[in-house]
Amino acid sequence: MKKVSIQFKLNGVLRQLKAAPNDTLLELLRDKLGVKSPKTGCDRGDCGTCTVFMDGRTVRACLVLAPEADGREITTLEAISKNPSPLQKEFAKRNSFQCGFCAPGIVLSATELLKKNKRPTREEIQEAIAGNLCRCTGYTPIIEAIEAVAGKRGA
Amino acid sequence: MPELKTKPHSKRNHEPPKHDGSKKPAWVKPALELPPQETPRTAPEASQTAYKVVGTSAERIDGWEKVTGAAKFTDDIEFGPGLLYACVVESPHAHAKIKRIDTRAAEKVPGVVKVATGKDFPFKFGLYMKDRYVFAQDRVRFVGEQVAAVIACDPKTAKRAAALVKADYEVLPPVLDPVKALEKDSALIHPDLGKYAHVPWFFPKAKTNIAHWRKIRKGDVEKGFREADFILEDTYTVPRYAHCAIEPHSAIGLFDASGRLSMWTASQSPFTQRHGFAEALSGLGLSHKDVRVITPYVGGGFGGKAGISMEILGAALATAVKGQPVKVMWSRAQEFYNTYQRQGVVAKVKLGVKKNGLITALEHTLYWDAGAYVEYGANVVNAVGLSATGPYKIDNVKIDSLCVYTNLPPGGPYRGFGYSEFFFGLESHITRAARQLKMDPVAFRRKNAIREGDILTYGAPMNPNGLLEAIDKTAAAIEWGKPQKPSGPDKAVGKSLVLFWKAPAMPPNASSCAFLKFNEDASLNILVSGMEIGQGLLTVMAQIASEILTVPVSKIRVETPDTDRNPYEWQTVASHVTWGCGNAVKRAALDAREQIFDVVQRTLHLSKDSLYLEDAKVKCRTKPGWELPFESFIIAGIEAEDHTFKGGPVMGRGMFMPEFSSAISDPETGQGGHPNVHYTTGAGGVVLEIDKRTGKAKVLKAALAVDVGKALNPDLIRGQVTGGMLQGLATVLYEDMRFDEKGRLLNPSFSDYKIPTALDIPEVVIPIIVESAQPDGPFGARGMGEHTMIPAAAMVANAVEDAVGARIKSMPLTAEKIALELNKK
Repeated sequence: MKKVSIQFKLNGVLRQLKAAPNDTLLELLRDKLGVKSPKTGCDRGDCGTCTVFMDGRTVRACLVLAPEADGREITTLEAISKNPSPLQKEFAKRNSFQCGFCAPGIVLSATELLKKNKRPTREEIQEAIAGNLCRCTGYTPIIEAIEAVAGKRGA
Repeated sequence: MPELKTKPHSKRNHEPPKHDGSKKPAWVKPALELPPQETPRTAPEASQTAYKVVGTSAERIDGWEKVTGAAKFTDDIEFGPGLLYACVVESPHAHAKIKRIDTRAAEKVPGVVKVATGKDFPFKFGLYMKDRYVFAQDRVRFVGEQVAAVIACDPKTAKRAAALVKADYEVLPPVLDPVKALEKDSALIHPDLGKYAHVPWFFPKAKTNIAHWRKIRKGDVEKGFREADFILEDTYTVPRYAHCAIEPHSAIGLFDASGRLSMWTASQSPFTQRHGFAEALSGLGLSHKDVRVITPYVGGGFGGKAGISMEILGAALATAVKGQPVKVMWSRAQEFYNTYQRQGVVAKVKLGVKKNGLITALEHTLYWDAGAYVEYGANVVNAVGLSATGPYKIDNVKIDSLCVYTNLPPGGPYRGFGYSEFFFGLESHITRAARQLKMDPVAFRRKNAIREGDILTYGAPMNPNGLLEAIDKTAAAIEWGKPQKPSGPDKAVGKSLVLFWKAPAMPPNASSCAFLKFNEDASLNILVSGMEIGQGLLTVMAQIASEILTVPVSKIRVETPDTDRNPYEWQTVASHVTWGCGNAVKRAALDAREQIFDVVQRTLHLSKDSLYLEDAKVKCRTKPGWELPFESFIIAGIEAEDHTFKGGPVMGRGMFMPEFSSAISDPETGQGGHPNVHYTTGAGGVVLEIDKRTGKAKVLKAALAVDVGKALNPDLIRGQVTGGMLQGLATVLYEDMRFDEKGRLLNPSFSDYKIPTALDIPEVVIPIIVESAQPDGPFGARGMGEHTMIPAAAMVANAVEDAVGARIKSMPLTAEKIALELNKK
């Protein structure tokens, strides 16, 4: 398949590369750019482990074709972790995660929620992370950490 | 032969033993293996139970790595541009003879390096029974089984070429039902079963589909039924389930030019894999020292990444492309149909009960749909055979647990190891028996609950346990006996309480080891080969070492395994690593402490007996105010009067093996061995609301009390309960694997096999910690990871009946099934 040239800002840095039109953004990030926080969990948009920000909104990197990322701004957990957020600290403090494979996606989904909605209800939190599957925790410790941070922010 | 297993047989006491502490049961003995310095020598005033670190909810030592995305999983490791990718060619048939495989078209695709088939690897492997091959040889036994693989320079080329491999089959009738598989005219799935190598505690029946038959005959079951005032008999069925760890399986193999095989795998079992790879590939001249298995963080295991499944492909294929690393990564669909699945079961339960509520006899027959290969799954069947009484004192028991080959994907370990499955039937049955007696189901359970010293199915005595406390606390948590109003006229609320138990299912000589290395600044690196699969192993191991050595947890790293560097661990399964690996780490810490005391005594002439550790310093009872910080000597040694140095780097070494365990017993009765090291017990309760119009169930409250012996990290235990409870509820409310009449899995995706999201959780989960010490556990601890999932199915089934009067005897209890039951009325 003929490769196409694309460029996008990745964590603040402009990147140019060639990709097959059927490459996904996830493949680009993981295999060509060495960005490993977005994970391959299902490759069909079901599990949310490949969540990244595209122009400030969460997307499933496995459902974004490489040319669709052209001209966009992509932010991954790597960028956020340079200055860890109160949310990340709360997750760590509360032992919210177990295996941690879903953590990058959930941190990003919850970050997006708190950006849009400073004081989400429990139901809004559940809804916001419902696209990120976790098999270990039963979700409760994750929801409680988000609630705790939301409470502090509003205070 | 351990001498301590025989004594308990002589006495069959019908009264629960008196808990006056005067008589120690025989099995307490193993604790004596610990060195005499067992008692913590910390501050002089500290009592043995006043722990500083153990028992606190320390923050996970891997937590920060995980919330920042720094944690590396197997698929995150870079292997450079030389990395090759493999794609397997799969059988479309559940049962067929392979006539020929034509690889020519695939080999011509540019970028293809090698196409391998079964002919290239005529190797068998298996954990407990060698019945699997790297690739199918002359026949395929389930849909999706690997018959060939294409190795190419990139994954897309490998996939495209794999589609060009042509395999011709002679299709055979598939055997899809474990009960039909036992009929005389059933096709044989393994005609050579009689020739397979297996552990001595398996009993395969040649020329049948029975791979193993665990029998228990205790007391006189016929007499027990004669003594009963009534007998309740019924059949319960449980389908297959998928683990659904969010991280898919992956394996990267590199067989270098010098003949060394390095493997990176997403695995719970680095050493078991090393052994398996070395054994399977021994024909290529590999020895164990040449095989290295590296296992980074695991993104969820639940048993699905125990033993060896797809990883054998990474090992074998690496040898076909010497000098280049090759990666095999499972798709989500393959996760569903070509890893271990939780086995289905048809369970017949016959229970004899007296009017006063005493159980007189139990006959429990379980037909396991074990799948195409049972190298691991047969041990699930075995474990259930030993334990299918549940935590009840029953004098007359007949258990038959049959491992039956079917043409479905290989069965294997899944959190709970068969106990979730049999408890669905048994605990449904127990509630039904109590209701028939017009006895309170909780009182009925309490009356028959097993106590310390009661004789287990195989003749050994029960360990100390807090089962009664667990029952009472769970009953209180769900306000047992107090009716709860439904939230609307079309709703009904039901409650239930069930019991559970589980023992680690291990070979009798499963062992754990630990190395502990001090650094110049008195920080520590601990090497174990227990796996961090999310349960918090690394943190708890750090806490154990911290407790003994008084180094704070923040100054301890616990490394993930590399079999070249880390010492042996059997596997991270069976909820045994807190206990087994924890004992090894504790011994390593005690060993290091002994070295510290020894060098101080030799150089500074202070008696060892007067020394203790506090805040990473050596202190002395007879010399108040004197202290020696670890960093002053822990690597460099202590300078003696003559200016020589004594001591040197302190390195602790610890090993633990349960030397009292034995798996050998009479095959016809199961009597005589000591196969289980101990049982962890507990109770689960639920308050469930059913919408009578739709059948939809909502869990208003779920409580689970588990006797952990000693909670080393209460927060992590609560995390296990919350997570395991939802995983269990999912098996009864949402999930099941559906196969068509040709044995094809119909729902191999998260779209069609729905695991719970954050919207599908109980309103409240109440974890309850019970602590009845395990004498041979580290600080009294025993495992509890799997147990949190076990009671869920029966909890729901009994609560549904309590709410709407419908008794459903086949899992899952989906809204659809409940609604259909209600419409029958």
